[in-house]
Amino acid sequence: MLNNIKQEVKKYYSPSTIKRFMVDSSVPLLFIVVCLLGVYYSKLPAVFIVDTLLERITRNLFLVLALIIPVIAGLGLNFGIVIGAMAGQFAILMVKHFGIGGFPGFMLCIAISTPIAMLFGLMTARLMNKTKGQEMISSMIAGFFANGVYQFILLFLVGTLIPIKNDILVLANGVGVRNTIDLSRNGNLTYSLDNLLKLPLFQVLAAAAVIALLAMVADYHIKKRGKKASSIIQYGFKALVCLAVLVTSIAVLTSKSPVRNVKLPIVTTMVIAGLCIFNSIILKTKLGQDLRTVGQDMHIAKISGINVDRTREIAIIISTIFAAWGQIIFMQNIGTLATYGSHVQIATFSIAAILLGGASVSRATNGQAILGVILFHTLFIVSPKAGNNIFGEAQIGEFFRAFVAYGVIGVALGLHAWRKTMGGRKKKTTVVSE
Amino acid sequence: MADTVRTYTRKIGLPRLIISALFIAVCIAAVIMKQDFRLLVSDVLRRFGMFGILALAMIPAIQSGTGPNFALPIGVICGLLGGLIAIELKLTSAILGYGFIPAILISLPFAILAGYIYGRLLNKIKGSEMLVATYTGFSIVSFMQIGWVMLPFKHPEMIWPIGKGLRVTIALDSTYGKVLNNLWAFKIKGANIPTGLLLFFFGSCFLLWVFSRSKTGIALNISGDNPKFAAASGIDVDKNRILGMVLSTVIAAVGIIVYSQSYGYIQLYMDPLYMAFPAVAAVLIGGASTKKAKISHAIIGVFLFQGILVVALPVANDMIPEGNLSEVLRMIVQNAIILYALTKVGGGD
Repeated sequence: MLNNIKQEVKKYYSPSTIKRFMVDSSVPLLFIVVCLLGVYYSKLPAVFIVDTLLERITRNLFLVLALIIPVIAGLGLNFGIVIGAMAGQFAILMVKHFGIGGFPGFMLCIAISTPIAMLFGLMTARLMNKTKGQEMISSMIAGFFANGVYQFILLFLVGTLIPIKNDILVLANGVGVRNTIDLSRNGNLTYSLDNLLKLPLFQVLAAAAVIALLAMVADYHIKKRGKKASSIIQYGFKALVCLAVLVTSIAVLTSKSPVRNVKLPIVTTMVIAGLCIFNSIILKTKLGQDLRTVGQDMHIAKISGINVDRTREIAIIISTIFAAWGQIIFMQNIGTLATYGSHVQIATFSIAAILLGGASVSRATNGQAILGVILFHTLFIVSPKAGNNIFGEAQIGEFFRAFVAYGVIGVALGLHAWRKTMGGRKKKTTVVSE
Repeated sequence: MADTVRTYTRKIGLPRLIISALFIAVCIAAVIMKQDFRLLVSDVLRRFGMFGILALAMIPAIQSGTGPNFALPIGVICGLLGGLIAIELKLTSAILGYGFIPAILISLPFAILAGYIYGRLLNKIKGSEMLVATYTGFSIVSFMQIGWVMLPFKHPEMIWPIGKGLRVTIALDSTYGKVLNNLWAFKIKGANIPTGLLLFFFGSCFLLWVFSRSKTGIALNISGDNPKFAAASGIDVDKNRILGMVLSTVIAAVGIIVYSQSYGYIQLYMDPLYMAFPAVAAVLIGGASTKKAKISHAIIGVFLFQGILVVALPVANDMIPEGNLSEVLRMIVQNAIILYALTKVGGGD
C-alpha cells in the first residue's frame, strides 16, 4: 500500500512532469510573481485589496466564463462578447425606461436581454461561419461594427424613429440617450443582485471547507471498495486544500484584522458557480461532445454526421447570451451605465484575464478563468500605487496594466499561430515522407 | 443583361460600387442643402493627402502576401519618434523643411529595424497575420505609453510644464506644422489646393510604382500572389515578406509624419491605437482584397473614404445637429468594409 503510493507520487511528481507543469503554466506563474510584487510595493492595506478584489471578481467573472464554450467549439476567443454586452445594455435601458427596480427589475433585464442576445449571437455566428479560420479577427471587427450600429441607434434613432420620452434617459433636446445613466434613480437597479444576501467572506469559506471535507469523507467511504493509490493522492490533495482554506479562514476570523468583516454577495457567487457547473456539465451531454468534436476537427465532425455550422452557431449564441447576462451583473455592481463606453473594453479585459489564468486559444477551463480574473484584477488594483511607489509616477502603473492586457493577448495569439504553423509544417513533412 | 451587370460588379468590386454610390448620394445631398463647396473641396483634398500615405503603406504588405498591415501602429510609432527627435535636436531650420526632412530621415532606421523584426515574426505565424498584427500593434502602442513618459525628452514645447513625460498633443506651429500643406498652395475659386501635400503623396505613389516595376518589386508581388510558384522559381518568399513589411513600416512612418504636419499636432499615447483600421478600410474600398492590391486602390480608396466623411459631416449636421453622425458613419462603413473583405478571404473549408 505504502509502496503503491510512493510509486504514484514518483509518477506524478517526477522532474519531467514538474518541468512540463512549469512550462504549461508559465504565464500564470509569472503573473502570480508580478502580482505579489505589486501587492508588496503598493503598500495598500490588506483589507482594501481583499475587499476591492472580491467585488471585482464577483462583478467580472461571469463575463469571463462566457468565453469558455466558443473555445471548446474551436472558435477561439470570442471577441464578440462585446455584442452580447450591448444586448445586456439595451435591456438595462429598457428596464430603466419602464422604471422597474430591485430584483424584479434585474430579472426583467435578464429576460429582455436573452432574446436580443440570441439574435445578435446568431448574426455573429453566421458571420463567423463565413469566415472560418479567421473567426477571432472577424468577431473583433464585428464588435467594432456593432458598436457603430449601437451608437447610431442610441444617438440618432432614439427620439426620432423610436419615440421615447424620458428625461432620465434621453438628452435635453429629445434625441439620443444620455452619456451616463445612474442606475439607482427611478427604480433602483444598483446592487439589485449583490445586496440580496451578503455574508462575511471568511465565515462562508470556513463553512464551505468544512462541508467539502465532510462530503469528501463520505464519498471516500462509499467508494472505498474500488479505491486505488492515485485516488488516495487526489483525495489527500483536495483535503489539504480544504484544510488550508479552513485554517486561513479561522486564523483571519480570530484575528483582529478588519479583513474578517469583508462580505461576499452570496447570490451573485451562486450564479457564477451555476455557470461554472453549466460549463462542465454541458461537456458530458451530446451537445458537449459535438462541440468538442467540432473544435478538434471540423472535417471529422462533418463526416461523423455533426451539423458543424449549427453546432458553432449554438456555441456562439450561448456565449453571447452569457455575455449579456454577465454585463447586466457587471452594471448592477458598478451602478452607473456609461452608455457609449461600458461595453467597449470588456472583450479585451475578459480575454486578457482568462489568458493570464493560463488559458489558450484552443483550451480554457473554469479554473483558468477564476485564477485569471483574480490575477488580472489584483494587477489592476495595485499597479497605479505600485507604479507610484517604484517610479514616482502613478501613470506608469496604469500604462503597465494596459500593456499587460494587450500584450498578453498578442503573445497568446502569436504563440497559438506559431504552433499552428509548426503543426502544419510537421503534417506536410510527414505526408512527403510517406 | 444581368450577366453583364454581374461581371461589371465583380470587376469594380462590391465595396467600391456601394461606397461610390454613397459618395455620389452624399454629394447630391450637399448640393441640395447648398453646402459651401469651396470649403468641402479644400477639406477633401487636405484629408486625401493626410491619410493617403498611411493607406499606401498597406500596398506592399498585401502584395508581399502578409495581408493588410493591421500592425500599422508599429510604423506610426517609428514616425512619431522621428518627429519628436527632430524637434528635440532642434533640426528645425527653414532649409530642413522646419524639421520635416530630418523627422523622416531619423524615423527611417527605426522603421527599417522594426519592420525587419516584425517581418521575421510574421514568417513564423503564416495564416494568422491579421489578428496577431492587430494585437502586436495594440501592444506596441500601449507599451510606448510608458515610453512617452520615461524617454528623456527635454524640449519645453513637448513636455508637460509640471510632472513627467511628453504631452498628449504637441503643437507643431513653431516647427513643421502645415509645412507641406502650405508649400506652393494656391486657390481656385476659393478652394484651397495644398500642392505640396498632393505632390508629396503622388510622388510617394510614383516611387512605389517605380519600385514595383523593378526586379525586386516583381519578385515581391509574385511571392505574395503565388508563394508556391515563387518558391519553385527560386524566389525567397520569406525574404520578400520581410521586405514587404519593412517597406510598409517605412511608408507608415513617413505617413504619420505627413499626417502630423497636416494636422498641426503630434498625437501620442493611445491615439495611434486604431490608426490601422481607417487605412485598411480605405484600400479595401479602393478595390483591394486581403490578397491583391494596387497603388491605384490606395488612391481611389482614400479619396472615396475621406470624401464621404468630409462631405457627410455638414450634411449630417444639418439633418441632426446634435451628436457626431459622421464619426458613427465612419465606424460603420469602415468596419463593414473590413468584415466584407474577411468573408472573402476564403480560408475556410
